Amino acid sequence: MIKVEDVHKRFGEEEILKGLSTSFDQGKTNLILGQSGSGKTVFLKCLIGLFTPEEGRIYYGDQAIQDMNDDEKRNLREQMGMLFQGGALFDSMNIEENVMFPLRMFTKQKKAQMLERVNEVLKRVNLENVNKKFPSEISGGMQKRVSIARAIVNRPKYLFCDEPNSGLDPKTATLIDNLIQEITHEYNITTVVVTHDMNSVMEIGEKIVLLKKGRLVWEGTKEDVFLTDNEDVVDFVYSSDLFKKIREVQRKEA
Amino acid sequence: MKYLHDIGSYFIMLKKVFGSYTKPSVMRKLIFQEIDDLIIGSMGIVTFVSLFVGAVVSIQTALNMDNPLIPKSLIGFATRQSVILEFAPTFISIIMAGKVGSFITSSIGSMRVTEQIDALEVMGINAQNYLVFPKIIALLLYPFVIAISMFLGVFGGYLAAVYGGFSSSEAYIQGIQDDFVPYHLFYAFFKTFIFAFILATVPSWQGFYMRGGALEVGKASTNSFVWTSILIIAANYILTQLLLS
Repeated sequence: MIKVEDVHKRFGEEEILKGLSTSFDQGKTNLILGQSGSGKTVFLKCLIGLFTPEEGRIYYGDQAIQDMNDDEKRNLREQMGMLFQGGALFDSMNIEENVMFPLRMFTKQKKAQMLERVNEVLKRVNLENVNKKFPSEISGGMQKRVSIARAIVNRPKYLFCDEPNSGLDPKTATLIDNLIQEITHEYNITTVVVTHDMNSVMEIGEKIVLLKKGRLVWEGTKEDVFLTDNEDVVDFVYSSDLFKKIREVQRKEA
Repeated sequence: MKYLHDIGSYFIMLKKVFGSYTKPSVMRKLIFQEIDDLIIGSMGIVTFVSLFVGAVVSIQTALNMDNPLIPKSLIGFATRQSVILEFAPTFISIIMAGKVGSFITSSIGSMRVTEQIDALEVMGINAQNYLVFPKIIALLLYPFVIAISMFLGVFGGYLAAVYGGFSSSEAYIQGIQDDFVPYHLFYAFFKTFIFAFILATVPSWQGFYMRGGALEVGKASTNSFVWTSILIIAANYILTQLLLS
């Protein structure tokens, strides 16, 4: 579980995050939702320790990341997996080397053992016979799946995803969403997904946190999204006619 | 103010480069890769430039010797001195600032743009150590490149002088042995080590702290060449003042 208390982040004079407090549950896909410029990615980078908040605390278990020394931070990061928006695969390495990378860096396993684990996770993300290919030789959707495989290969406790289905066709996007949710349940990890994609909300939103201009304006589940009268949710989620109609149907059924 | 910030970030990067170390087995592989990219990969251009620069120095010296009383061995002497003291260490380093420096900045800059450096940091890897340290170690071999360049420069001068009809083979060989001061080699290799450090770290810093997209990677590569060259030339002046005057 990750607990966030009153987090503020500034860049120069501009305050990007204005006192965020929430928690992200273990075994669930937690979504950070919001328009472009709402502070989602900055919030995610604070969570994973790439940015340091000026105020507030972020707890992993009982310990705040701000109180950790360098070794404790390094240990924590070894327990994190991250899926970047563009995949962030190392383009000088082939797929097998990319996925094996965390194992090579943090374990003392023999190469055969590492290879076995790499093949296992590649199979888990429905990728086979791509081991020797380079990232530039596979499609965007496949790169995302390789990135998921790399994120989970060392059995992390926390999985972070930054707009995992941006730039993908709807079918592949749904496939990636489902894969993230399945892995979350299967490994019982705390997953945090940054998105502005409503399909993701409907597919995998077990807990949703809505940001607006650096403030947390609403939190709930995907079921709550249809029933809430919160203006910010209605304004963001039901900006398209399609979702307005879906909401009406859902509310009638409820 | 920006310059102060830049200087500060450069030294912060250096501190992190020598901070927590990457696993030795991984680092070994990275160092061999960098030796291949930075040292072996540069031998072609170094060979070409050294041979021709040595030849040109030799011809220029010969063409400026109007007085018949000046011995022909001066062509070999002047070529050796020019090549060992300046052309090999400094001129080749400027060429390397363009070749190796741009390569380092663009490769690290591309990793920054495509979030590969963020990926390393999220995994708990000291990205500065992982990316920059192997380059510094690989460029410890740079003096060998300069030694080869010195030999080829003097040899290029020999070919131009002898086959161009400016000097006899004996006179040229006599010239390259005249008044040889071993300290000049120490001076040349000492400054080569300093240039190697500049070549490894300044372009890495430019790439590591760049922000933006593909266009900015191009701009960072240009800046890298400009600043690496300026620092090499400034260091050359300071070291010459300190070691030779």
